[in-house]
Amino acid sequence: MNAAAIAQLSEGGEQVISEATGIFGLTWLLIALPLLGAAVLLLGGRRTNGFGPLFATTLVGLAFLLGMVQFVQMVGEPAAGRSFVQSLFTWAPIGDFSVDVGFQLDPLSMAFVLLVTFVGGLVHVYSLGYMADDPDRRRFFGYLNLFVASMLLLVLASNYVLVYVGWEGVGLASYLLIGFWNAKAEYATAAKKAFVMNRVGDIGMSLAIMLMVTTFGTTAFSGVFSGVEEASSGVVLAIGLLLLLAATGKSAQLPLQAWLGDAMAGPTPVSALIHAATMVTAGVYLIVRSNPIFDLSDGARLAVVLVGVLTLLFGAFVGTAKDDIKKALAASTMSQIGYMILAAGLGPAGYAFAIFHLLTHGFFKAGLFLGAGSVMHGMDDEVNMRRYGGLRKAMPLTFITFFVGYLAIIGIPPFAGFFSKDKIIEAALADNVWLGAAAILGAGITAFYMSRVVFMTFFGERRWADDAHPHESPRSMTIPMVLLGIGSVVLGYVLYSGSRIVLWLEPVVGPEEEHELAIPVLAITAIIIAVTLVGVAVAYSMYLRKPVPVQAPLGTVLTRAARQDFYQDAFNESVFMRPGQYLTRFLVFFDNRVVDGFVNGSAALIGGGSARLRRWQTGFVRSYALSMLAGAVLVVGILVLVRL
Amino acid sequence: MNPENYLYLASILFVIGAVGVLVRRNAIVVFMCIELMLNASNLAFVAFARLNGNIDGQVVAFFVMVVAAAEVVIGLAVIVTIFRTRRSASVDDPNLLKL
Repeated sequence: MNAAAIAQLSEGGEQVISEATGIFGLTWLLIALPLLGAAVLLLGGRRTNGFGPLFATTLVGLAFLLGMVQFVQMVGEPAAGRSFVQSLFTWAPIGDFSVDVGFQLDPLSMAFVLLVTFVGGLVHVYSLGYMADDPDRRRFFGYLNLFVASMLLLVLASNYVLVYVGWEGVGLASYLLIGFWNAKAEYATAAKKAFVMNRVGDIGMSLAIMLMVTTFGTTAFSGVFSGVEEASSGVVLAIGLLLLLAATGKSAQLPLQAWLGDAMAGPTPVSALIHAATMVTAGVYLIVRSNPIFDLSDGARLAVVLVGVLTLLFGAFVGTAKDDIKKALAASTMSQIGYMILAAGLGPAGYAFAIFHLLTHGFFKAGLFLGAGSVMHGMDDEVNMRRYGGLRKAMPLTFITFFVGYLAIIGIPPFAGFFSKDKIIEAALADNVWLGAAAILGAGITAFYMSRVVFMTFFGERRWADDAHPHESPRSMTIPMVLLGIGSVVLGYVLYSGSRIVLWLEPVVGPEEEHELAIPVLAITAIIIAVTLVGVAVAYSMYLRKPVPVQAPLGTVLTRAARQDFYQDAFNESVFMRPGQYLTRFLVFFDNRVVDGFVNGSAALIGGGSARLRRWQTGFVRSYALSMLAGAVLVVGILVLVRL
Repeated sequence: MNPENYLYLASILFVIGAVGVLVRRNAIVVFMCIELMLNASNLAFVAFARLNGNIDGQVVAFFVMVVAAAEVVIGLAVIVTIFRTRRSASVDDPNLLKL
């Protein structure tokens, strides 16, 4: 289709979806490359030990290059003509209903492709150094490639069933990688916990798909989004809520957030890639991708907003109490994704900002995690921040990149997080004052806990164990950190200036809604920065001016509750796990005693009865003769009686 | 002579035969008692033929004789075989088929 025709068609703001040709026809290759890596490494066995890690890294790099070429090509297309679909083959034709293996490459998936392959590539490079001494690193890289392939499938799929395939694929990769060191029982348990909680969310996704099949007769994006306008509001609400349930599972949002903290059992590069930058943002992608559904249902959007705002506060509070550097960052991830979900729930006013924050967060949080991994690498895998302190002199490069990420996440201008978080808070304020206030409060707490992490790790006096010799990490680890650090600095402004990200995503999520604000934007920004600085100041007075005790103090009731993630595990255990166990125990009892009792009982009855009958067969011919005679007499007697 | 007396005789012979089957252990004697019962019934058949004035009963009596002859052939063979293998003609001994 030529540019003029597209321009003509798109007068009404309609998005034109055309068949993928040229370089866009290679979309399948984006997924195939890392999938090939996973296949070679996981099936090739020990033969691939030598070249495997580098091979896997190269494949992800190639995927990134391909994505980059496609991106450049896409930028050259007119704004309304940037969506391409490609149908490889029909996967499951069932009567009128069929599921295709097809891909949709549009600005939204493009943004994800670049994020996943770029951050994924950097994490691969970082892992070359981080996992250098692990005997099992071939398996590690195989899983990483599997993850990248699944994540790309998730964001490139053109129908919900294929999204579900990717959705499960990333869940599997996440499970395998959390439990990568599965010789430790608690790590294996953490992996299982993550998988099971994800499955709870996945049920929402599968039910939503079933509802789509019965309502629209198709699961393709185009069919669902055009059919949704005629669907009854109840169905739309149900689909929206089910998709939200799926999103809460994958994105660690309330009430399915409990797995993310334990997921930190995995190797740190995994935490950076899967549990910070990409996989956990899949829920945000799902909601933004399904924007026509959420646009039509205020109820579903309200639920999304509530989940987002509650999680952002929850995660922030939990983050203030954690002494494990990775768990503090995990709580922060939870909270930041809460911001994204909140933005996504605001509807057309927020979709673009949700993705904006997702992209910047992908960079600075991956940078922070890689920094944390670098610290652990230098400190013999110590994760307790109370055993750090004063590390900025020992690891200057790690410190600088971590500090840049820190400035980005707390939203100091001009770092990336400032632009993205500011826009979300503005949109929330325009929607509802209380939402905005909660988001601003969250920003203050974010500043507090991130300052706490930085102060306890890099500043203050040294509290290391006596045999610790902190040292800077090898170059394969620092270069990715530096690149992500650069991203944390510039990405926000690059995407923000001239509303680039909003215009880029406009073909997918519709134009941004203008919102009225009671007070000028500059004043809001000033308030946010002031709250942030207050958070930093409080952290300064608590963790830098006073020495940090190596033993964690008992703390107030709130601190202890936050350390225990507000007893969510205890809650889940007592409300879901125990009753579930009792139910299964009862069912086992019922099966053993009642069902088996019935079956075994009838068998015993017949067996016992026949044993009694057998006694009649005495083996004495004369007793048989007697019974025959008795029978004959009986028959004759009856005959005589009847005749009479 | 009243033909009913033949019936009484037949009943007595049959009961003797039946009791013999039940109480005797020797297979040969049991066998002879069975023959006695068969011949008691033959006598009853013939008496009835006489009473009713037709020959149906006599025909059946011949059939019974044929059956009895066949039975003797097989039964004696069985008894002799059992006696050869087990050195006993008692009907209580062969109970190997009992579980």
